[in-house]
Amino acid sequence: MQAETKKVLLDPLVDNNPITLQVLGICSALAVTSQMSTSLIMSLALTLVTAFSSAGIAFIRNHVPSSIRIIAQMVIIASLVIVVDQLLKAFAYDISKKLSVFVGLIITNCIVMGRAEAYAMKNPPLESFWDGIGNGLGYSAVLISLAFVRELFGSGKILGFDVMPLVKDGGWYVPNGLLLLPPSAFFLIGLLIWAVRSWKPVQVEKPDFSINHAAHGEAH
Amino acid sequence: MEGLISLAVKSIFIENLALSFFLGMCTFIAVSKKISTAVGLGIAVMIVQTLTVPANNLIYSKLLKEGALSWAGLGDTDLSFLALMSCIGVIAALVQILEMTLDRFFPALYNALGIFLPLITVNCAILAGSLFMIERDYNFSESVVYGVSSGFGWALAITAMAGVREKLKYSDVPPGLRGLGITFITAGLMALGFMAFSGIQL
Repeated sequence: MQAETKKVLLDPLVDNNPITLQVLGICSALAVTSQMSTSLIMSLALTLVTAFSSAGIAFIRNHVPSSIRIIAQMVIIASLVIVVDQLLKAFAYDISKKLSVFVGLIITNCIVMGRAEAYAMKNPPLESFWDGIGNGLGYSAVLISLAFVRELFGSGKILGFDVMPLVKDGGWYVPNGLLLLPPSAFFLIGLLIWAVRSWKPVQVEKPDFSINHAAHGEAH
Repeated sequence: MEGLISLAVKSIFIENLALSFFLGMCTFIAVSKKISTAVGLGIAVMIVQTLTVPANNLIYSKLLKEGALSWAGLGDTDLSFLALMSCIGVIAALVQILEMTLDRFFPALYNALGIFLPLITVNCAILAGSLFMIERDYNFSESVVYGVSSGFGWALAITAMAGVREKLKYSDVPPGLRGLGITFITAGLMALGFMAFSGIQL
């Protein structure tokens, strides 16, 4: 039982990461990562929503006819997101302005729906809760590492504190403006996937085509 | 009129939903392997976007906005926190209705688009279209233009992406970068290309 919980919790961190392997929830991973503070809040919000919605959905999974299950899941998820949205507006107004529509978009974040469909519909509430936390952490790990690189090298700061003094303030670091622009997030995720897959070659995808050396009649 | 045209150009190119706001990325990456399926999905997104943004605009401005219920004698009721719930409800319902209508009256179109329609409910581009419309306070005619053109922009982006990926599959990519990795880098390069539009002043 303990081992099972641990596996459910730790598997999504690297071995089955929602972003780099399951290709879920990429939209917000790219859009909010230009600063650490927004990504931390976003990770927290998403982890909580995934955990509680998975638990809630697992709770009612035996009572919902499968034809209307998507709507039922949507209602649970949307209610939780409304709570998160209102809390952010009340206690962290500046950050909620910066995140703009992306808090609302947690509703359609594929991680939440994906875990609900793939795990919570088949497992009891407690395990589903841990599965939600685990996947939320996997998402957070990617989000925070992206934001770390983007904020550190893009504006020389971490969480708004100066780490590398910029040239324009009399320091030595010339910021790389590209990292603050949207496209850099694509490159960084691409490189991250490359790094993870070089470390864990099991995750490498099969090529559609391969060069058939024998067909060229090469005699080595 | 001029304002509407510039809104259309802006939402197709400069503020492209896929490439400058990263919306609908999951389907953007997953369904862009072949041009024909990408075009199908693009058209489906455009149709749904055209229907849902104006529909949500009407619901929001006539029922949910602060003071919108004054015709019912509830002048100072503010239901705008329900916007998320109503938007996703409208989207899910409209997609379902569209699916049934297509199935009943246009079977050929249903066979072509059918598999993509359920995917669209959870496509963030659709929900984001409605949320942006609320955030930017568009009126009804602006919301119609925004719905059509942002959907078109998304369709354009996914079609271009599929075109690149169809060629890319013959190339010899390093093992770790194969598939998902190289797709991200391609998308990044495309986003850089689209940024060239950002200097345009309208």
